[in-house]
Amino acid sequence: MPGGEVVLEIDGPVTQRSVLDTLEARYPMLEGTIREHVTHKRRAFMRFFACETDLSFEPPDAPLPEAVVSGKDVFIILGAIAGG
Amino acid sequence: MSGVRVLVGTRKGAFVLTADGKRENWDVSGPFFGGWEIYHVKGSPVNPDRIYASQSSSWSGQVMQRSDDGGKTWEPINNKFLYDGVPGTHQWYDGTPHPWEFKRVWHIEPSLTDPETVYAGVEDAALFRSSDGGKSWTELSGLRGHGTGPQWQPGAGGMCLHTVILDPSEPNRIFIAISAAGAFRSDDAGETWKPINRGLHSLYIPDPTAEVGHCVHHIAMHPSRPGVLFMQKHWDVMRSDDAGDNWREISGNLPTDFGFAIDVHAHEPETLFVVPIKSDAEHYPLDGQLRVFRSKSGGEEWEPLTDGLPQSNCYVNVLRDAMAVDRLDDCGIYFGTTGGQVYASTNGGDRWTPIVRDLPAVLSVEVQTLA
Repeated sequence: MPGGEVVLEIDGPVTQRSVLDTLEARYPMLEGTIREHVTHKRRAFMRFFACETDLSFEPPDAPLPEAVVSGKDVFIILGAIAGG
Repeated sequence: MSGVRVLVGTRKGAFVLTADGKRENWDVSGPFFGGWEIYHVKGSPVNPDRIYASQSSSWSGQVMQRSDDGGKTWEPINNKFLYDGVPGTHQWYDGTPHPWEFKRVWHIEPSLTDPETVYAGVEDAALFRSSDGGKSWTELSGLRGHGTGPQWQPGAGGMCLHTVILDPSEPNRIFIAISAAGAFRSDDAGETWKPINRGLHSLYIPDPTAEVGHCVHHIAMHPSRPGVLFMQKHWDVMRSDDAGDNWREISGNLPTDFGFAIDVHAHEPETLFVVPIKSDAEHYPLDGQLRVFRSKSGGEEWEPLTDGLPQSNCYVNVLRDAMAVDRLDDCGIYFGTTGGQVYASTNGGDRWTPIVRDLPAVLSVEVQTLA
Protein backbone atom coordinates (compact mmCIF):
# COMPACT_ATOMS: atom_id res chain seq x y z
CA MET A 1 0.00 0.00 0.00
CA PRO A 2 2.85 2.45 -0.66
CA GLY A 3 1.49 5.95 -1.08
CA GLY A 4 -1.95 4.85 0.08
CA GLU A 5 -4.09 6.83 2.53
CA VAL A 6 -6.60 5.24 4.86
CA VAL A 7 -9.03 6.70 7.37
CA LEU A 8 -9.12 4.88 10.70
CA GLU A 9 -11.79 5.05 13.40
CA ILE A 10 -10.08 4.82 16.77
CA ASP A 11 -11.72 4.42 20.15
CA GLY A 12 -9.84 6.11 22.98
CA PRO A 13 -6.58 8.05 22.82
CA VAL A 14 -5.14 8.58 19.36
CA THR A 15 -1.49 7.61 19.62
CA GLN A 16 1.11 5.96 17.42
CA ARG A 17 0.28 2.69 19.13
CA SER A 18 -3.47 2.92 18.68
CA VAL A 19 -3.14 4.06 15.07
CA LEU A 20 -0.79 1.21 14.19
CA ASP A 21 -2.82 -1.35 16.16
CA THR A 22 -5.92 -0.31 14.22
CA LEU A 23 -4.09 -0.26 10.90
CA GLU A 24 -2.65 -3.74 11.45
CA ALA A 25 -6.04 -5.06 12.53
CA ARG A 26 -7.50 -3.90 9.22
CA TYR A 27 -4.50 -5.04 7.16
CA PRO A 28 -2.91 -8.01 8.97
CA MET A 29 -0.31 -8.40 6.24
CA LEU A 30 1.31 -5.22 7.60
CA GLU A 31 2.11 -6.89 10.92
CA GLY A 32 5.85 -7.05 11.34
CA THR A 33 6.54 -4.68 8.42
CA ILE A 34 6.22 -1.33 10.24
CA ARG A 35 6.87 -2.52 13.78
CA GLU A 36 8.64 -5.64 14.93
CA HIS A 37 6.48 -8.54 15.94
CA VAL A 38 6.03 -8.93 19.71
CA THR A 39 8.09 -5.89 20.81
CA HIS A 40 6.22 -3.50 18.50
CA LYS A 41 9.43 -1.54 18.19
CA ARG A 42 9.52 0.67 15.08
CA ARG A 43 11.59 -0.93 12.33
CA ALA A 44 14.82 0.94 11.87
CA PHE A 45 14.13 2.26 8.35
CA MET A 46 10.50 3.26 8.98
CA ARG A 47 9.77 6.82 10.11
CA PHE A 48 6.64 8.57 11.37
CA PHE A 49 5.71 12.16 10.53
CA ALA A 50 2.74 14.47 11.10
CA CYS A 51 2.27 18.23 10.82
CA GLU A 52 5.74 18.51 9.27
CA THR A 53 7.26 17.04 12.42
CA ASP A 54 9.30 13.86 12.79
CA LEU A 55 7.50 11.81 15.43
CA SER A 56 9.65 8.71 14.97
CA PHE A 57 11.24 8.99 18.38
CA GLU A 58 8.15 10.05 20.31
CA PRO A 59 6.85 7.53 22.87
CA PRO A 60 4.30 5.19 21.25
CA ASP A 61 1.63 6.18 23.74
CA ALA A 62 2.11 9.95 23.35
CA PRO A 63 -1.01 11.67 21.93
CA LEU A 64 -0.78 12.53 18.24
CA PRO A 65 -1.34 16.17 17.22
CA GLU A 66 -4.94 17.38 17.26
CA ALA A 67 -4.79 17.98 13.51
CA VAL A 68 -4.26 14.24 13.00
CA VAL A 69 -6.99 13.33 15.47
CA SER A 70 -9.48 15.60 13.70
CA GLY A 71 -8.47 14.37 10.28
CA LYS A 72 -7.12 17.73 9.07
CA ASP A 73 -3.62 16.33 8.70
CA VAL A 74 -2.28 12.86 8.04
CA PHE A 75 -0.04 10.57 10.05
CA ILE A 76 2.66 9.56 7.61
CA ILE A 77 4.46 6.20 7.71
CA LEU A 78 7.48 6.60 5.47
CA GLY A 79 10.28 4.31 4.46
CA ALA A 80 13.58 6.08 5.06
CA ILE A 81 15.18 7.30 1.87
CA ALA A 82 18.26 5.20 1.33
CA GLY A 83 19.97 3.46 -1.51
CA GLY A 84 19.69 -0.20 -2.35
CA MET B 1 1.82 -31.53 -23.17
CA SER B 2 4.64 -31.43 -20.68
CA GLY B 3 6.36 -28.21 -19.79
CA VAL B 4 8.49 -26.44 -17.24
CA ARG B 5 8.07 -23.44 -15.01
CA VAL B 6 11.24 -21.75 -13.77
CA LEU B 7 10.82 -19.70 -10.60
CA VAL B 8 13.43 -16.98 -10.29
CA GLY B 9 14.09 -14.89 -7.20
CA THR B 10 16.10 -11.73 -7.77
CA ARG B 11 17.42 -8.76 -5.86
CA LYS B 12 14.45 -6.69 -7.09
CA GLY B 13 11.53 -9.03 -7.59
CA ALA B 14 10.37 -12.49 -8.68
CA PHE B 15 9.95 -13.79 -12.22
CA VAL B 16 8.16 -16.83 -13.60
CA LEU B 17 9.53 -18.31 -16.84
CA THR B 18 7.46 -20.92 -18.64
CA ALA B 19 7.99 -23.10 -21.70
CA ASP B 20 6.67 -26.28 -23.21
CA GLY B 21 8.68 -29.49 -23.12
CA LYS B 22 10.91 -28.38 -25.96
CA ARG B 23 12.12 -25.46 -23.81
CA GLU B 24 12.89 -23.32 -26.83
CA ASN B 25 10.41 -20.46 -26.47
CA TRP B 26 10.03 -18.87 -23.07
CA ASP B 27 7.36 -16.64 -21.63
CA VAL B 28 8.61 -14.32 -18.91
CA SER B 29 6.16 -12.90 -16.38
CA GLY B 30 6.99 -10.47 -13.61
CA PRO B 31 8.41 -8.73 -11.83
CA PHE B 32 6.26 -9.82 -8.94
CA PHE B 33 6.92 -7.86 -5.74
CA GLY B 34 9.05 -5.43 -7.73
CA GLY B 35 11.77 -3.70 -5.77
CA TRP B 36 11.84 -6.35 -3.05
CA GLU B 37 14.53 -8.95 -2.47
CA ILE B 38 13.15 -12.37 -3.32
CA TYR B 39 15.50 -14.84 -1.72
CA HIS B 40 13.57 -17.94 -2.78
CA VAL B 41 10.51 -19.12 -4.68
CA LYS B 42 9.52 -22.77 -4.63
CA GLY B 43 6.46 -24.81 -5.56
CA SER B 44 4.85 -27.78 -3.88
CA PRO B 45 5.71 -31.10 -5.55
CA VAL B 46 2.25 -32.33 -4.54
CA ASN B 47 0.32 -29.37 -5.93
CA PRO B 48 2.51 -27.49 -8.44
CA ASP B 49 0.08 -24.59 -8.59
CA ARG B 50 0.90 -23.82 -4.98
CA ILE B 51 4.06 -21.74 -4.84
CA TYR B 52 5.65 -19.95 -1.90
CA ALA B 53 7.87 -16.88 -2.10
CA SER B 54 10.11 -15.20 0.44
CA GLN B 55 9.95 -11.41 0.04
CA SER B 56 12.04 -9.09 2.17
CA SER B 57 13.51 -5.62 2.39
CA SER B 58 15.59 -3.65 4.83
CA TRP B 59 12.64 -1.29 5.31
CA SER B 60 9.73 -3.64 5.88
CA GLY B 61 11.41 -6.86 6.90
CA GLN B 62 9.99 -10.22 5.95
CA VAL B 63 6.82 -10.87 3.98
CA MET B 64 5.76 -14.32 2.84
CA GLN B 65 3.66 -14.84 -0.26
CA ARG B 66 1.67 -17.79 -1.58
CA SER B 67 0.18 -18.45 -4.99
CA ASP B 68 -2.43 -21.12 -5.65
CA ASP B 69 -2.60 -20.62 -9.40
CA GLY B 70 0.93 -21.33 -10.52
CA GLY B 71 2.31 -17.87 -9.84
CA LYS B 72 -0.29 -15.74 -11.62
CA THR B 73 -1.67 -14.19 -8.43
CA TRP B 74 -0.28 -14.01 -4.93
CA GLU B 75 -1.57 -13.48 -1.40
CA PRO B 76 0.51 -12.57 1.65
CA ILE B 77 0.61 -15.25 4.31
CA ASN B 78 1.89 -15.22 7.86
CA ASN B 79 5.30 -13.63 8.39
CA LYS B 80 5.60 -14.24 12.12
CA PHE B 81 8.77 -16.24 12.70
CA LEU B 82 9.22 -16.27 16.46
CA TYR B 83 12.01 -18.27 18.02
CA ASP B 84 10.85 -20.80 20.56
CA GLY B 85 11.61 -19.62 24.09
CA VAL B 86 14.54 -17.38 24.91
CA PRO B 87 16.71 -17.47 21.78
CA GLY B 88 20.08 -17.19 23.50
CA THR B 89 23.27 -16.29 21.69
CA HIS B 90 25.50 -17.45 18.88
CA GLN B 91 28.96 -16.15 18.03
CA TRP B 92 29.37 -12.85 16.26
CA TYR B 93 32.08 -12.31 13.62
CA ASP B 94 34.57 -11.37 16.34
CA GLY B 95 33.76 -14.41 18.46
CA THR B 96 31.71 -12.54 21.04
CA PRO B 97 28.20 -13.74 21.97
CA HIS B 98 25.43 -12.20 19.89
CA PRO B 99 21.70 -12.61 20.45
CA TRP B 100 19.67 -14.56 17.92
CA GLU B 101 17.70 -12.10 15.76
CA PHE B 102 15.35 -13.01 12.94
CA LYS B 103 16.26 -11.29 9.66
CA ARG B 104 14.79 -13.15 6.68
CA VAL B 105 13.75 -16.43 5.12
CA TRP B 106 16.48 -17.81 2.87
CA HIS B 107 14.95 -21.08 1.75
CA ILE B 108 11.46 -22.53 1.43
CA GLU B 109 11.01 -26.30 1.19
CA PRO B 110 7.47 -27.55 0.59
CA SER B 111 6.66 -31.04 1.84
CA LEU B 112 7.01 -33.93 -0.59
CA THR B 113 3.64 -35.35 0.47
CA ASP B 114 1.41 -32.64 1.95
CA PRO B 115 0.70 -29.34 0.17
CA GLU B 116 -0.17 -27.70 3.49
CA THR B 117 3.21 -28.44 5.06
CA VAL B 118 6.19 -26.28 4.25
CA TYR B 119 9.56 -25.62 5.88
CA ALA B 120 11.42 -22.31 6.05
CA GLY B 121 15.14 -21.92 6.71
CA VAL B 122 15.87 -18.52 8.18
CA GLU B 123 18.59 -16.08 9.27
CA ASP B 124 19.60 -16.07 12.14
CA ALA B 125 19.75 -19.79 11.60
CA ALA B 126 16.68 -21.77 12.53
CA LEU B 127 14.17 -24.05 10.87
CA PHE B 128 10.43 -23.34 10.93
CA ARG B 129 7.51 -25.46 9.77
CA SER B 130 3.99 -24.58 8.80
CA SER B 131 1.29 -27.23 8.66
CA ASP B 132 -1.44 -24.91 7.43
CA GLY B 133 -0.09 -23.57 4.17
CA GLY B 134 1.81 -20.73 5.78
CA LYS B 135 -0.93 -19.36 8.03
CA SER B 136 1.31 -19.99 11.03
CA TRP B 137 4.91 -21.01 11.64
CA THR B 138 6.48 -23.02 14.45
CA GLU B 139 10.17 -23.32 15.09
CA LEU B 140 11.69 -26.80 15.16
CA SER B 141 13.78 -25.63 18.05
CA GLY B 142 15.55 -28.90 18.68
CA LEU B 143 17.99 -27.79 15.98
CA ARG B 144 18.95 -24.45 17.48
CA GLY B 145 18.83 -25.88 20.98
CA HIS B 146 20.61 -29.19 20.52
CA GLY B 147 23.79 -27.86 22.12
CA THR B 148 26.20 -26.47 19.55
CA GLY B 149 24.17 -23.34 18.76
CA PRO B 150 26.33 -21.01 20.88
CA GLN B 151 29.31 -21.99 18.68
CA TRP B 152 27.63 -21.10 15.37
CA GLN B 153 28.72 -17.91 13.67
CA PRO B 154 27.70 -16.00 10.55
CA GLY B 155 29.26 -16.39 7.16
CA ALA B 156 29.78 -13.34 5.00
CA GLY B 157 26.11 -13.37 4.00
CA GLY B 158 24.82 -13.73 7.55
CA MET B 159 24.09 -16.73 9.74
CA CYS B 160 21.61 -18.36 7.45
CA LEU B 161 19.95 -21.73 7.24
CA HIS B 162 19.98 -22.00 3.44
CA THR B 163 19.51 -25.66 2.60
CA VAL B 164 16.62 -27.94 3.52
CA ILE B 165 16.44 -31.42 1.97
CA LEU B 166 13.60 -33.82 2.68
CA ASP B 167 14.36 -37.51 2.25
CA PRO B 168 11.79 -39.12 -0.08
CA SER B 169 12.43 -42.60 1.31
CA GLU B 170 12.52 -41.74 5.01
CA PRO B 171 9.68 -39.32 5.79
CA ASN B 172 11.17 -38.40 9.16
CA ARG B 173 14.63 -37.59 7.81
CA ILE B 174 15.58 -33.96 7.14
CA PHE B 175 18.95 -32.53 6.17
CA ILE B 176 19.78 -28.86 6.64
CA ALA B 177 22.87 -26.70 6.26
CA ILE B 178 23.93 -23.46 7.89
CA SER B 179 26.62 -20.91 7.10
CA ALA B 180 28.75 -21.09 9.13
CA ALA B 181 27.84 -24.01 11.32
CA GLY B 182 27.70 -26.95 8.94
CA ALA B 183 25.30 -29.72 8.05
CA PHE B 184 22.80 -31.32 10.40
CA ARG B 185 20.38 -34.24 10.19
CA SER B 186 17.19 -35.13 11.95
CA ASP B 187 15.77 -38.66 11.84
CA ASP B 188 12.62 -37.85 13.80
CA ALA B 189 10.89 -35.21 11.67
CA GLY B 190 12.84 -32.33 13.12
CA GLU B 191 12.49 -33.02 16.84
CA THR B 192 16.16 -33.80 17.46
CA TRP B 193 19.26 -33.07 15.41
CA LYS B 194 22.89 -33.96 15.17
CA PRO B 195 25.80 -32.34 13.33
CA ILE B 196 27.00 -34.37 10.32
CA ASN B 197 30.33 -32.75 9.50
CA ARG B 198 32.86 -35.55 9.95
CA GLY B 199 35.38 -35.37 7.15
CA LEU B 200 34.99 -31.66 6.51
CA HIS B 201 38.26 -29.75 6.75
CA SER B 202 38.08 -25.97 7.00
CA LEU B 203 41.35 -24.11 7.34
CA TYR B 204 39.63 -20.84 8.22
CA ILE B 205 38.37 -22.00 11.63
CA PRO B 206 40.48 -22.58 14.76
CA ASP B 207 39.97 -26.36 14.68
CA PRO B 208 39.78 -27.32 10.98
CA THR B 209 37.95 -30.58 11.76
CA ALA B 210 35.62 -29.24 14.45
CA GLU B 211 32.18 -30.76 14.94
CA VAL B 212 30.57 -27.45 13.87
CA GLY B 213 31.74 -24.16 12.39
CA HIS B 214 32.09 -25.15 8.74
CA CYS B 215 30.76 -22.83 6.08
CA VAL B 216 28.68 -25.22 4.01
CA HIS B 217 27.38 -23.40 0.94
CA HIS B 218 24.93 -25.92 -0.46
CA ILE B 219 24.01 -29.61 -0.49
CA ALA B 220 22.34 -31.62 -3.24
CA MET B 221 20.78 -35.07 -3.28
CA HIS B 222 19.37 -37.31 -5.99
CA PRO B 223 15.94 -38.56 -4.87
CA SER B 224 16.67 -42.13 -5.97
CA ARG B 225 19.71 -42.32 -3.65
CA PRO B 226 18.91 -40.23 -0.59
CA GLY B 227 21.89 -41.58 1.32
CA VAL B 228 24.29 -39.94 -1.12
CA LEU B 229 24.86 -36.24 -0.58
CA PHE B 230 26.99 -33.77 -2.51
CA MET B 231 28.23 -30.58 -0.89
CA GLN B 232 29.75 -27.36 -2.12
CA LYS B 233 31.60 -26.00 0.89
CA HIS B 234 33.23 -22.57 1.24
CA TRP B 235 36.22 -24.34 -0.24
CA ASP B 236 36.03 -28.02 -1.26
CA VAL B 237 33.42 -30.11 -3.00
CA MET B 238 32.47 -33.04 -0.80
CA ARG B 239 30.52 -36.30 -0.98
CA SER B 240 28.88 -38.54 1.60
CA ASP B 241 27.65 -42.07 0.93
CA ASP B 242 26.16 -42.60 4.37
CA ALA B 243 23.61 -39.80 4.76
CA GLY B 244 26.17 -37.33 5.98
CA ASP B 245 27.84 -39.42 8.67
CA ASN B 246 31.14 -39.21 6.81
CA TRP B 247 32.33 -36.93 4.02
CA ARG B 248 35.20 -37.13 1.57
CA GLU B 249 36.54 -34.54 -0.80
CA ILE B 250 35.75 -34.95 -4.50
CA SER B 251 37.17 -31.67 -5.81
CA GLY B 252 39.57 -33.64 -7.99
CA ASN B 253 40.69 -31.65 -11.02
CA LEU B 254 38.46 -28.62 -10.52
CA PRO B 255 40.46 -25.44 -11.24
CA THR B 256 39.14 -23.97 -7.98
CA ASP B 257 36.91 -25.70 -5.51
CA PHE B 258 35.34 -22.54 -4.10
CA GLY B 259 31.76 -22.00 -5.19
CA PHE B 260 28.17 -21.88 -4.11
CA ALA B 261 25.86 -23.93 -6.35
CA ILE B 262 25.81 -27.69 -6.81
CA ASP B 263 23.18 -29.99 -8.29
CA VAL B 264 22.62 -33.51 -9.58
CA HIS B 265 21.30 -34.62 -12.99
CA ALA B 266 17.67 -35.74 -12.74
CA HIS B 267 18.26 -39.19 -14.23
CA GLU B 268 21.96 -39.81 -13.64
CA PRO B 269 22.68 -39.84 -9.91
CA GLU B 270 26.45 -39.77 -10.49
CA THR B 271 26.34 -36.72 -12.77
CA LEU B 272 27.02 -33.49 -10.88
CA PHE B 273 27.24 -29.83 -11.81
CA VAL B 274 29.15 -27.05 -10.05
CA VAL B 275 30.20 -23.54 -11.02
CA PRO B 276 33.72 -22.91 -9.71
CA ILE B 277 34.29 -19.40 -8.38
CA LYS B 278 37.77 -17.91 -8.10
CA SER B 279 37.99 -17.39 -4.35
CA ASP B 280 36.24 -16.29 -1.19
CA ALA B 281 37.29 -12.70 -1.90
CA GLU B 282 36.78 -12.78 -5.66
CA HIS B 283 33.26 -14.00 -6.27
CA TYR B 284 33.49 -14.48 -10.02
CA PRO B 285 34.68 -17.20 -12.40
CA LEU B 286 38.34 -17.79 -13.11
CA ASP B 287 39.81 -15.80 -16.00
CA GLY B 288 36.50 -14.12 -16.82
CA GLN B 289 35.20 -17.41 -18.25
CA LEU B 290 31.83 -18.68 -17.07
CA ARG B 291 32.24 -22.44 -16.95
CA VAL B 292 29.99 -25.08 -15.49
CA PHE B 293 31.92 -28.16 -14.48
CA ARG B 294 30.33 -31.58 -14.83
CA SER B 295 31.38 -34.85 -13.30
CA LYS B 296 29.82 -38.03 -14.66
CA SER B 297 31.58 -40.17 -12.08
CA GLY B 298 30.20 -38.76 -8.85
CA GLY B 299 33.09 -36.35 -8.42
CA GLU B 300 36.90 -36.28 -8.70
CA GLU B 301 36.92 -36.10 -12.52
CA TRP B 302 35.40 -32.91 -13.86
CA GLU B 303 35.04 -31.44 -17.35
CA PRO B 304 34.37 -27.80 -18.24
CA LEU B 305 31.17 -26.95 -20.11
CA THR B 306 31.49 -23.72 -22.04
CA ASP B 307 29.34 -23.87 -25.18
CA GLY B 308 26.96 -20.94 -25.10
CA LEU B 309 28.48 -19.39 -21.99
CA PRO B 310 30.55 -16.18 -22.06
CA GLN B 311 34.25 -17.01 -22.25
CA SER B 312 35.69 -13.55 -21.78
CA ASN B 313 35.13 -10.60 -19.46
CA CYS B 314 32.51 -12.42 -17.39
CA TYR B 315 32.59 -11.58 -13.69
CA VAL B 316 29.23 -12.73 -12.38
CA ASN B 317 28.53 -15.08 -9.49
CA VAL B 318 26.15 -18.02 -9.25
CA LEU B 319 24.65 -18.12 -5.79
CA ARG B 320 23.89 -21.22 -3.74
CA ASP B 321 20.21 -21.63 -4.54
CA ALA B 322 20.51 -20.47 -8.14
CA MET B 323 20.88 -23.85 -9.86
CA ALA B 324 18.15 -26.42 -10.49
CA VAL B 325 17.21 -29.28 -12.80
CA ASP B 326 13.94 -30.33 -14.40
CA ARG B 327 12.75 -33.94 -14.64
CA LEU B 328 11.88 -34.20 -18.31
CA ASP B 329 13.37 -37.17 -20.19
CA ASP B 330 16.22 -35.03 -21.47
CA CYS B 331 16.98 -33.37 -18.15
CA GLY B 332 17.20 -29.61 -18.26
CA ILE B 333 19.78 -27.81 -16.11
CA TYR B 334 19.28 -24.16 -15.19
CA PHE B 335 21.27 -21.54 -13.34
CA GLY B 336 21.00 -17.82 -12.73
CA THR B 337 23.75 -15.26 -12.30
CA THR B 338 24.23 -12.07 -10.36
CA GLY B 339 24.38 -10.42 -13.79
CA GLY B 340 20.72 -11.24 -14.35
CA GLN B 341 21.06 -14.08 -16.85
CA VAL B 342 19.27 -17.39 -16.51
CA TYR B 343 20.95 -20.09 -18.60
CA ALA B 344 19.46 -23.44 -19.53
CA SER B 345 20.81 -26.60 -21.08
CA THR B 346 18.55 -29.31 -22.44
CA ASN B 347 21.32 -31.73 -23.35
CA GLY B 348 23.02 -32.42 -20.08
CA GLY B 349 25.12 -29.29 -20.05
CA ASP B 350 26.81 -29.67 -23.45
CA ARG B 351 25.16 -26.51 -24.77
CA TRP B 352 23.76 -23.55 -22.86
CA THR B 353 21.31 -20.86 -23.90
CA PRO B 354 20.24 -17.75 -21.98
CA ILE B 355 16.48 -17.98 -21.58
CA VAL B 356 16.40 -14.46 -20.13
CA ARG B 357 19.40 -12.25 -19.74
CA ASP B 358 18.73 -8.86 -18.19
CA LEU B 359 16.99 -9.51 -14.90
CA PRO B 360 18.14 -8.03 -11.60
CA ALA B 361 20.80 -10.08 -9.82
CA VAL B 362 19.50 -13.64 -9.51
CA LEU B 363 19.31 -15.01 -5.98
CA SER B 364 17.53 -18.30 -6.62
CA VAL B 365 16.29 -20.58 -9.38
CA GLU B 366 13.85 -23.45 -8.96
CA VAL B 367 12.20 -25.54 -11.65
CA GLN B 368 8.83 -27.22 -11.75
CA THR B 369 8.31 -30.02 -14.26
CA LEU B 370 4.68 -29.87 -15.32
CA ALA B 371 2.65 -32.80 -16.64
